[in-house]
Amino acid sequence: MNPVVRSLRQVGASLAGAKAGLASRWNAMGPTQRLSAYVLGVLALYLAPWWTEIPLLGSIVDTPGTQFTTVLSDRVIIFVLVALGLNVVVGLAGLLDLGYVGFYAVGAYTTAILTSSHASLPWLLALPVSIAVSMVFGVILGAPTLRLRGDYLAIVTLGFGEIIRLSAKNAEWLGGSRGINDIKHPPSIGPLKFGVVDPKPYYWLGLTMVFAVMFLLHRLENSRVGRAWVAIREDEDAAELMGVDTFRFKLWAFAIGAAVGGLAGVQYAGKVGFINPDNFPLLLSILFLAAVVLGGSGNMHGAILGGILVSYLPERLRNFQDKRVFVFGVALVLVMVFRPEGLLPKKVGTRKAVAAPGEGGAQ
Amino acid sequence: MTNDVLLQFSDITMQFGGVTALSEVTIDIHRGEILGLIGPNGAGKTTCFNVMTGVYKPTKGTVRFDGQDIVPLKRYEITLAGIARTFQNIRLFGNMTALENVMVGADARKASSVGGALLRTPRQRAEDKESRDRAMELLTFMGIADRAGDAARNLPYGYQRRLEIARALGTEPKLLCLDEPAAGFNPAEKQELNELILKIREQGYTVLLIEHDMSVVMNVSDRVAVLDFGRKIAEGLPADVRANPDVIAAYLGVPDAS
Repeated sequence: MNPVVRSLRQVGASLAGAKAGLASRWNAMGPTQRLSAYVLGVLALYLAPWWTEIPLLGSIVDTPGTQFTTVLSDRVIIFVLVALGLNVVVGLAGLLDLGYVGFYAVGAYTTAILTSSHASLPWLLALPVSIAVSMVFGVILGAPTLRLRGDYLAIVTLGFGEIIRLSAKNAEWLGGSRGINDIKHPPSIGPLKFGVVDPKPYYWLGLTMVFAVMFLLHRLENSRVGRAWVAIREDEDAAELMGVDTFRFKLWAFAIGAAVGGLAGVQYAGKVGFINPDNFPLLLSILFLAAVVLGGSGNMHGAILGGILVSYLPERLRNFQDKRVFVFGVALVLVMVFRPEGLLPKKVGTRKAVAAPGEGGAQ
Repeated sequence: MTNDVLLQFSDITMQFGGVTALSEVTIDIHRGEILGLIGPNGAGKTTCFNVMTGVYKPTKGTVRFDGQDIVPLKRYEITLAGIARTFQNIRLFGNMTALENVMVGADARKASSVGGALLRTPRQRAEDKESRDRAMELLTFMGIADRAGDAARNLPYGYQRRLEIARALGTEPKLLCLDEPAAGFNPAEKQELNELILKIREQGYTVLLIEHDMSVVMNVSDRVAVLDFGRKIAEGLPADVRANPDVIAAYLGVPDAS
């Protein structure tokens, strides 16, 4: 075991070295260079469906058995969206939610109902309604339960996820266990056709959603709201005694987390066109949580990375057949042993101290 | 004279099951003074704090602050009413920077919420800047601005104690309650703290000080109240309290026969 551990350590150290090298190069860049680096990065992400065509990279990233772009559009993008939303609840506000799949299901089902079985609204109209309904569910779940803390909250949310799934299974008007089909796809825009054959437009739509959500969550994080969330996570009693209306901000965390989870559900339903209760098992809640914790709870970029790995790795490892879950599990354990705070933990206080106004900092 | 009273703590009894932590304690805190609250371990000092700041609801009695009954208020509402506190065992937000810790306090006086943050309205930006500037000012005032960008958990002990005070001041209190701020300080640090507390009072704050250390309490306080076994046994000028035989017996120890 020792040499294995040592070589893993070495890999870790060289990765850290590479990171430091990148960071120093990044810091040396001017604003225009940085902007162009950003643009190139974003462009590369939008071009991801063609990564498999690139000689060396292609053989590394391609997924056996499933088309790479389908993995991106049906799994990776969904998981990234969900991880972003759950990171608000778990990572920022520190509320352990084991039933997050419930909000994802509410978003998907609302879109399904509105666009197929009971109404025939366009997907574009179902989108905001579904997000709003998910948010309402967040408040409905949060209002009575957010007085609980820690383990108790986790148990109640665990129940919530199951209640949603079982309700869908037993309600005839929700299609029962057969589910709902003929869910409308997003409207096609010019050459961008949202059909059943080409997954690329869905991936691009999802990626755009990810950027929009990141943009908005970034604003929240760097505001009074974000500070209140982190203060609650760090010490709820102290936060309240410093004037934070803890209940209100916890409810907001739930509502916003639910809204993003619902958005992921909308995107999923619009892509696959058919959902049933089995799409929303408890295991999914666990995987969502694993994504956030693995990536780096409390750091948006960590959550994204976690979402990518948890959704992509099982597909990439498909060659291991039955053993792939085991390999995946080992990979998770190794990460947690060597990076207990996740792959990309939130860095606090590495920023240079802000210059004091007026007289300048004392000493 | 009554309108000089900022906080009226009257006939407070606090029971936990069969244990009486406070028994009919009455304390008045006057606007602009530094009141020292002393007593042996377990006398009920911190319980007094917890009743004042809404952590506990008293079994009996009333707490009036600035003319308002604060017992029914929620904890954060009491903070907004103007009482802020520090903790005996430091309770900072460890994974936030020093600056952010104080900003959380300063945010208490702000109104912008999710909508403002999402749209980044001019008002939200102005409020955010106010919080930031105020927090930086307070860190400078407390002499810890050089570590403003460091995570609170990485600060040295003395800095953490001061950061707690800065965070409490961030909420713009009328009454600042300090729970053993000198705990773990050496004499030089205690001296600095004394000066700091006097400086805080000069800024117009009223201060309630729980302290074990006699040098701090006696040098800084305008008046001193003494608790023992949940009862107030003395109240008055530091010199008088020091001479009070009950206090000497209960707290300072019986003097040597010499």
